Formats: sequence, structure tokens, C-alpha cells
Amino acid sequence: MGSHPITVTVNGAKERLNVQSNETLLQMLRERLALTGTKNGCSAGECGACTILMNGEPVNACMVLAVEADGADIVTVEGLAKDGQLNALQEAFAEQNAVQCGFCTPGVLISAHALLERNPHPTEEETKLALVGNLCRCTGYLRLVEAVQAASEKAAPSAPMKGDA
Amino acid sequence: MAVSEATSTSDPVGKSVRRVDVFDKLTGAATFTDDIQFGPNLYHARLARSPHAHALIKRIDTSKALEVPGVKAVVTGQDAPELVGMYLVDRPVLARERVRYFGEPVAGVVATSESIAEEASRLVEVEYEELPAVFEPMDAIKPDAPLIHPDLGEYKVVPFIFPEPGTNISEHFRLRKGDVESAWPKCDAIVEMTFGLPQIQHVPLEPHVSVALWEASGEVTLWTSTQSPHAQRDLIAQSIGIPHGNLRVMSPYVGGGFGGKAGVTMEASAVVLARAVKGHPVKLRMTREEEFVGTTMRQSLVAQTKIGCDAEGNLLAMETEYYFGGGAYNDYGVNIARAAGYSCTGPYDIPNVKGDSCSVYTNLPIGGPMRGFGMPEIHWGIEQIMDQLAEKIGMDPAEFRRRNCVKTGDTILTGMEMPAIDVAACVDKVTDAIDWDKREKPSAPHKRRGKGIAIMWKAPAMPPNPGSSAVVRFNEDGTLNVEIGAQELGQGAFTVAAQMAAQALGLPFEWVRVVGPIDTKYSPYEWQTVASRITWSMGNAVKAAAEDARRQILDVVAETWDETPEDLDIKDGVVISYRSEREQPLKEMVIYGLPKEDTEGWRGGPIVGRGSFMPTYVTNLDFDTGQGPRAVVHYTVGAQAVDLEVDTETGEIDFLKIASAYDVGKAINPDLIMTQIEGGAVHGLSSAFEALRFDERGRPLNQSMVDYRIASAVDVPKEIHGDYVETPLEDGPWGARGVGEHVMVQTAPAIANAINDALGIRFNDLPLSAEKIFLALQERGEKKA
Repeated sequence: MGSHPITVTVNGAKERLNVQSNETLLQMLRERLALTGTKNGCSAGECGACTILMNGEPVNACMVLAVEADGADIVTVEGLAKDGQLNALQEAFAEQNAVQCGFCTPGVLISAHALLERNPHPTEEETKLALVGNLCRCTGYLRLVEAVQAASEKAAPSAPMKGDA
Repeated sequence: MAVSEATSTSDPVGKSVRRVDVFDKLTGAATFTDDIQFGPNLYHARLARSPHAHALIKRIDTSKALEVPGVKAVVTGQDAPELVGMYLVDRPVLARERVRYFGEPVAGVVATSESIAEEASRLVEVEYEELPAVFEPMDAIKPDAPLIHPDLGEYKVVPFIFPEPGTNISEHFRLRKGDVESAWPKCDAIVEMTFGLPQIQHVPLEPHVSVALWEASGEVTLWTSTQSPHAQRDLIAQSIGIPHGNLRVMSPYVGGGFGGKAGVTMEASAVVLARAVKGHPVKLRMTREEEFVGTTMRQSLVAQTKIGCDAEGNLLAMETEYYFGGGAYNDYGVNIARAAGYSCTGPYDIPNVKGDSCSVYTNLPIGGPMRGFGMPEIHWGIEQIMDQLAEKIGMDPAEFRRRNCVKTGDTILTGMEMPAIDVAACVDKVTDAIDWDKREKPSAPHKRRGKGIAIMWKAPAMPPNPGSSAVVRFNEDGTLNVEIGAQELGQGAFTVAAQMAAQALGLPFEWVRVVGPIDTKYSPYEWQTVASRITWSMGNAVKAAAEDARRQILDVVAETWDETPEDLDIKDGVVISYRSEREQPLKEMVIYGLPKEDTEGWRGGPIVGRGSFMPTYVTNLDFDTGQGPRAVVHYTVGAQAVDLEVDTETGEIDFLKIASAYDVGKAINPDLIMTQIEGGAVHGLSSAFEALRFDERGRPLNQSMVDYRIASAVDVPKEIHGDYVETPLEDGPWGARGVGEHVMVQTAPAIANAINDALGIRFNDLPLSAEKIFLALQERGEKKA
């Protein structure tokens, strides 16, 4: 089992790391970079607690090898708030009381963030579908959907739609 | 309802203030057990598990495992002979001599990495002699059933649990009220049915994880994800022989509990593994696969229930037998059978009752507490029978419940007088919310619409004397630290604690911090964060601590001003006098005291308030009849109504609306109650479709979140309508009682009643599925595939 030098951008900071062949991106984030906001709920791509953005796309970090992240741009939950200020999506989650135990929250926020990036004004159905890979046992999901809808309503209606929306 | 961020909230009790944990949980800063950094000194552990449901251990050879480079220790039941348990001490930390379920840990491996530990755990060689196994409680109670615990008579047990040695019955609770035999002939309608529920799992998003450190000095620290830091200190200290003062349990945020992290589950294993590698913290983390076998499950139930009423709809008699499939160890489960026994009627006033409730050992994963603690299980049958009785005598099911539900002051089945509650008001709220009286059309010709209702009750099920305590300490600027031992599982315990302390002391809500993580070395005692008892019990302790501090402050100020404390008050952090209109900010004086008016010296000093609460009035119940003056502290009651549509071509259900209402006594934080109601409705809905499945040898078949599905974002009702009633609880803080578990207790039977309303088909056994509904429709010839 070899180790591999990779360069990866995580939450805007460039990192040079030596990662193992069988090391997952989730292990790299949690154990090498101590970015423990990304949670390990199943290690099998089933629960979505480890959802992160890789080159703008939401992925389960437990299903990606760290070597695959060479050259990638990664955003984790720690990259959402700036200077101690919650972003609009996080603020909406706080306002809607859409957080309970908090274990699924980081992954939900990332999936929701990715949704709003590609579709700034999703319908409720589109929001539910975007969150279908993020399991939550506490909230019953409706608050999560309401929070995403509230954040989307606050976004400027003229926000440019991306081509893939 | 939305909560907004305020900077200064006066009198926060009753207001939907923002959760105190929300910023950390939204930014990834909230620390859970697996997030704690231990550095290179940390070792990792894996457990070797039994491949048989029931077998004798003839020999264990650990030599191959020990040869793997990086392995530091292998521990077996021979090295760890301890038994552990909450009510009945029946569970070995690691199996010794005998395994009783597939997946039971027989050895633990400690190594420098998780993958080395995993590899070595597969090299532990165990020779077994298979024994006949039994999986169904109705088989396990037969006289010729394999005996799972031959030593049942030797186990330590609390005085209110009654195992039957020589059988597989670990608890048998008897309830006898009136005379059912003479009542049956007076009944105009009788319904008798058998209901079944499978084992299901809590599926918290955070798997169980513990890190144990056994130091050379004998001091032991356990970092763990638990609802029960103090109960773990007590149970593990007793079991393993650690002086209580030497065992420190620390528990940061818990990523969902639902009862699955109550009492002791896998944590004692981490402690005995750490004992073998003193000076090194040892992390034992359950994989998701292990969660479905190596922790605790909700017990299965077979309920044989007969209920009768007269033509006017008055309930006259009930006879019921509950057999809980408790799995291989019933250390906690015995009290679930007891709770189901003393509450066996559900929230109904029935003059003649004969109830028997048993927990039964089976060769399946360990049964244990789960949200509702026996109540979802028994209400599944009770609430379906009530609907059928109403139908038989031609009464509206909601009206039938209003007529028969237990009311304030009733002498309930155990002989106890019912404390103040209002079930009927909850029924009114949910029937209004779903337009109960209105028949509504389905959205398509191949769909059928139905509405169903169910009511519930649940008492906190616990020993008679579980205590809570709290300490409040000021900072120099007048802000307050609240120390509690109650755990934040997501339900909002920390937020409610802060609201109550602020209210009782006269501080703005934003001035209060709740001290975490819970640490038994520093946090005041709390029995466990279970039984929906925290808002009530911890709340009383926090209120008492804050009032204690308030008294101290007012005494100092009154003496300084030469006034009486009765003329003083604290508002928004300022002591005011209604007599002299003088004002004294708390800032500084709560630490440094006040100078005497004549400048000759000082008064007061650092203010520390302490509060304790323990119910002292719960009595024993008679062994033969279950009768006694006070069975429980109180009951929380509620109603749910479901409006749904069934697709007759697929059997799939569209949940249009779930309406819930509970009598919470006092809503300390109204929106937090709504979040419990919404999450609980979906948890209850999901639970109706969940089942752990096993093959004929007791091997689990669905140990993943793909094969064991929980509700996802697309499965939820279109609307959840939450509401509450406030009938104050006599000894609740501001009248409050708990509601965290109740919110899912009657969801499954409410759904079943709605399906029956839509289709005229009843399902006696959970889980439900679209396939089951479709096949039932086919059998009736309603629809061709």
C-alpha cells in the first residue's frame, strides 16, 4: 500500500498531503485536516452525513478515495460561514429551527447549498429530491425543506441560472 | 413558525427562542465523541462476534490474532467475567461460556489502527457447540423451549422486577382490576385480536462510539456518545469494580439517541479493552452494520387483546397478554414489559382489567429502550380495537375516544388517581385540524382516501426515585453558567435549561450558557436523559438552583439597602426595589459582592445556586394485582389524526396530513415542541414500515441503511399540523411535562385506522408495506395487477 502526494484545495486553502491508496476523502478530511464537521454515519454512501462539495458537486466523501481528490476543489461545512457569520442558508436553518441533534446537518447544508447553486429557486419537490440522499432521524425533513425554500426566497430573483439547472 | 435571533429576551419561558446549540451545529464546530482528537497515543478496537444465535463456547484461541503486527491486546470473556445491566444484571460485557445471539461479542482486539484491529478480529478462533435456538416469544415461553439463561435465578435484580427462573420469562407484570369474567356478558360488542410487531432499530445518524482510557493510577475516563453519563458511571463502576470516584464519563453532543444510547450498551466493552492497554485511550466505534446487531433494538411484541363495551359505547372490560421478544439480554427490557403492564389499557378508563405483560428471552439482538418504551407497541393493537368497537356499536371513533378516555381524577387501572390532563381537548384539536367529519374525495379514481385517529398515554418509566440536580454560577459580567447532567440529544434540553434559569433568575435569555460537555466529574447528577423526564425533572432542579441564587442575591442587596427581600426583584439582570425604586446591576456584585453603605467592609461574594429534584411519592405495586397508591409520577397524553390516500394499483400510501396534539402542561419553548411533533410524526410513520429481518438461524438480513430503510425526505407527509394543550402539571416547572417520546407513540395505529377507513382492510402485524397492501387488495379482488 503506497502513499501518494496530492494537492487539494479545501475551503479555499491549498494543501499538500501524502495520502494512502485506500484512504477515503472522508478520512483525509477528518483525520489529516481535523475537519470533523463532516460526519461519518455509515462509511457506505447510504446516509449522506459526509456530503461535501467536490468541484462544486455534492458527493459522499466516504465513497471517494483521497487520491481522486488530487487537484480538486473541496468545500466542507466549515467553509460555509465566513468570519463567524452564518451564510444565508445557515441563517435560514437557524430561523426555521431545522436543526436537532446536528449530526446530519453538515451534509444536509452541503446538499442544499449545491441545489441552490444550480437552481436558485427550487420547488419543494425539487428540494426534497435534492435531500433524498441525506437521512435525518430527528427533524422529519419538513423544516429542512422550509429552510431551503426560505433561503431561496431571500436570494435575488434575478440571480443568474447556471446552464445545468 | 420561525424563530428569530433577538439580542435580549426577557422572561423567555413560553417563548420560541433560538436553540443555544444551533451556531455550533450549523458550522461544523459542534463536537461529537468521534470528533475528539486524541493524537498518536490512541489505539483502536474491534469486536469479534458470534456466528451463531445460540451456542456454547468450547475454546477460544487468540494466538493468531496476537501475532498480527500492531495488535496490542486481545481480550475475551475469560479476561472480562463481568455482567452489566440496568434493572436485571444479566449481560456479560464479552460472552463467556455461551453466546445467545448472532453477533454477540466474544472477544475484543486492540491495535494501533482500526484496520489492523479489524483484520486481527477475524483471526480470533472460537470453537462452538451449537444449541437449539428460539426466536419468537410465543415459542420461547413453551415449557420445552431451549432455556437461554439457566442462571436467571442468580442474577442481581431490582426489587420491582420479577424474573421466573427455569423459564425464558425475565419479567411478568400482573394487573388485576375489577372482575373481567362477570363483565363480558354485559358487553354488547367485543373485539378480540392478536397483534404483532417486529424488532426495529433506532438508527441514530451517529453510530455508537466510545473511547476509554484506563490509567496506571486506576483512574478511568470514558468519552462516549450516551444519553446516560451518570447511569453509566454507576453501572460500569459496579460491574467492573471501579470506585465510582475513579470513573469519569464525558459525553459531548449526541447525534441522536431515541433510547438506543440509554443505559449501557457497548461502552463497557471499551472499558475492559482499555484495561488491557493501560495508559492508552482505546476507541471502539460501531460500524453501521454493527449498529443493527451490536447495540439495542426495540423489542418485538405479540399482543393478545380482548376489549368489550356496551351499546352506549362505554368500555366495560379488557383482557390482554403482552409478550415482548426481548432478545438475548433483557437488562433494560424487563422494565419495558413492566411499563406496558401498568399502562396496559392505554389512555382509557376501563372498570375491569386483567393484564399480563412479560418480557421473554429470545436468541436475537438485545432488546432495549426505544422512544415510547413499550407504548408504541401496545397502542398498535389497542387503538385498532377501539376503532372496531366504535364501528360495531355505530359510534364515531373520535367520539368513542372522548367518551372513554381517562380523565383528571379518575382512579386508573393501578388504583392511582389520574393527575390533571386533557385527552379530549387533544382529540378536538386533531379532528378539527383534519376536517374529521368531512368525507373527502381521492385525487384519482384508482385511489382511496381515508382518515384515522389514535390517542395515547405514556408515563416516564423509571425507578421510583431518579434524581436531577443543577448548579448555576455567575461570571463577572452578570452572565450565568448553568451546569446540568442532562444530555443534549437534539431535543433541546440545553435550550430549555437556559430558558428556565433565565426566567427564574430574571436574566435575559442571552446571558445564560449551558455548560457542556456533560462530564460526571464536574456536571451535577442526572439519572439519565430518558423517559421524556428532562424538561420536568431537570427543569425542577434548574429552577430550584436559579431560585437559590436569586435568594442569595436579594439577601445581599436587601441587607445593603436596609430593605426586605420581598420588596426586591430581578429584571433583565438588574436588582430593583419596588419600595425605594433603587437599582443594582448584577454585574460584578455576583462575584465581588457589595460594599457596605458605611464603606466599612463588604457583603456577599460569588453567587452559586444549587438545586435538586427527586420524586418521593411513587409507591410499590402489589405483585399479584399491580395495585398501589401511586404507580408513576404522571402521564403525558395526546392524539394524532392521519389523512391519507392509498393507490390501489401499487399499494403505495400518500400521506396528506398528520395532525398531532399533546397536553404538555406548559410549553416552555413552543417551537421546540413543534419540532418534536414533526420529527416524531415522521419517526412514527417510518417505524410502521421498518423491521429487522432474520433468517431461520437468527442471522440478520438487513444490516444497512439501504436494506433497512428509514423515511427519507420524499416519504414525509405533505403537511404536519402540530398543536398542544396546557393543563399544568402539579410538580412541573411552570407546569411543564415531557413530550419527546409521545409524539410517535400512536402514529402507526392512526395510519392503520386511516388505511382501514380508506380500504376496509386491517393489518394486525407490522411492518406495513405497499406490497402487503397491494396483495391484500388483490386477495379481496379489488384490482387486477
